[in-house]
Amino acid sequence: MATDRIATKGRQLIQTHFRNRIAAYVKYKYMILLLLPGLIWYGVFFYAPLYGIQLAFKDFRIMDGITGSPWIGLDNFRTIFRASSDFSTILKNTVLISFYHILFGFPAPIILALLFNEIRFKVFKRITQTISYLPHFLSWVVLSGLLITILSPSSGIVNELIKALGFEPIYFLGDQRYFRFTLVISAIWKEVGWGTIIYLAALASVNPHLYEAAVVDGAGRWKQTWHITLPMIMPTIAIMFILRIGGILDAGFDQILNLYNPVVYEVADIIDTYIYRVGIGQLQYGITTAIGLFKNAIAITLVLGTNYIVKKLGQEGLI
Amino acid sequence: MAMTTGEKWFQGFAVVLSASLSLAMIYPFIHMISISLSTPAEALRPGIHLYPRELTLDAYQKALTSNGMWYGFQNTIFRTVVGTFLSLVFMSMAAYPLSKKDLPDRNFFMMFIIMTMFFSGGLIPTYLLVKNLGLFDSRWVYVIPVLFNTFSLIILRNFFMEIPSELEDSAKIDGANDIRTLFSIVIPLSKPILATVGLWSAVMHWNAWFDALIYVQDQSKVVLQVFIRRLIVENQDLEIMKMMDDQKSLNAETVKAAVLMVATLPILLLYPFLQKYFIQGILVGSLKG
Repeated sequence: MATDRIATKGRQLIQTHFRNRIAAYVKYKYMILLLLPGLIWYGVFFYAPLYGIQLAFKDFRIMDGITGSPWIGLDNFRTIFRASSDFSTILKNTVLISFYHILFGFPAPIILALLFNEIRFKVFKRITQTISYLPHFLSWVVLSGLLITILSPSSGIVNELIKALGFEPIYFLGDQRYFRFTLVISAIWKEVGWGTIIYLAALASVNPHLYEAAVVDGAGRWKQTWHITLPMIMPTIAIMFILRIGGILDAGFDQILNLYNPVVYEVADIIDTYIYRVGIGQLQYGITTAIGLFKNAIAITLVLGTNYIVKKLGQEGLI
Repeated sequence: MAMTTGEKWFQGFAVVLSASLSLAMIYPFIHMISISLSTPAEALRPGIHLYPRELTLDAYQKALTSNGMWYGFQNTIFRTVVGTFLSLVFMSMAAYPLSKKDLPDRNFFMMFIIMTMFFSGGLIPTYLLVKNLGLFDSRWVYVIPVLFNTFSLIILRNFFMEIPSELEDSAKIDGANDIRTLFSIVIPLSKPILATVGLWSAVMHWNAWFDALIYVQDQSKVVLQVFIRRLIVENQDLEIMKMMDDQKSLNAETVKAAVLMVATLPILLLYPFLQKYFIQGILVGSLKG
């Protein structure tokens, strides 16, 4: 008897729930209509490609398509991780180039922001800041056009300078020894000014009384920077650093694809450029999808790990 | 405010340092403008080019009359104007319902969208999808696959959430449905945020090249950036680099410079707006991120 009553009650609850739900959808029918194109778009352009990930476990044949191609288990991954494959080179290049970008490119905007922050002449400060943002708004296609001219071994201004100082001209874009260096410097050129904005915002919020107190205590400029400014912007630095680590397998696809050439493939081919070159260029869909899957798996792990750390540090996470 | 001697030295040092840095940053652009306006003979002179000593517009004339450049220009303008406009319309349409707390299953819809920031099918599956959708060699391949941007969508939604509901209620009392309310009340009130998101989208479209590179073979449908890439980047292997240095074909350098300037000019013209709205954008973004 009692169970019957509970069952009836439960059914009623579920019915009311669905009725309310339907009523809500009817009430919001125009809203749902507005939302629908967006949901369909996300379904098609983000969720549908997930179906294609099965290519990582298939031997892709154009005639058979994604669904018809035969399953080959982990063969693609075995091929990738064979010692003789290109994968070890591209993984090494990716991590190394990314590491250099972080080592030199990460502190650069912090240092520049500290420099901008010290300048008292407002107009001058504005002009230099404005100039430093410019390369951020241009594509790597245009910027590499500029770089090719500037870095040309015979007529480029940089090599003119090097020659004037009595050294041999350098093939920045065609010499394996210098190519990664060129990547790091040119990436700093593009993004350092833009990168200062977030730190300048953090610097602007430092309480000026702290400096006054430090001056009373006899602290000089370096001591003020070291003991007040840096600790005060450290939370911003920490967040930016953690976010940067999350993207360690992104070593600058746009930049490299526009600057490199076969002579420097050995030191500059990264995961993304390899997937493009070999996947789309040589129709090796299976292997390159497997490499892409490997990269995405690591990226998701890093992003989730990062998110966890950010939350642990008491900041608002992404999810 | 009086400065001590040490302070004066320090200011001098900071000013000189940042001035030289900005000079180094802007020099490539000055060089390029100068070369594009120079005669071929002057362009070949090694050394610093701050202004064209022998002024001529030949290079621009040559660049602007070439077919590839012209197609590229048209297609880039198409994707920038149409792509940005449609993005704003469709993103506003989706952001508006998501800004309503009572929308049924709102959390599910939000998750459905936000989740996509953390994974992707990868290049090859996306490439095959676009191919299967029949978008290859169509101008719509520049618009449809980038119609939505999750970050922009969330910024829009957050802005819509701040709009006082009384304003929308007055429209509803007059018998307008949600769609009418969106277009007649909410969108006109959201001009600042639409300008921000619109500029992000426009710059993205202006600079985009990879989609054109992989999805479009038809030369009349290629974008400006890809034309530049073909002209300047793709013939850049060591062999040609050396050859170009030895025996530069005369006009090549000035024409290349002119083409680069044509692609840069719109960005320079919009620069004051870009700075303002982009800076607002990252500061808003950093609060959320």
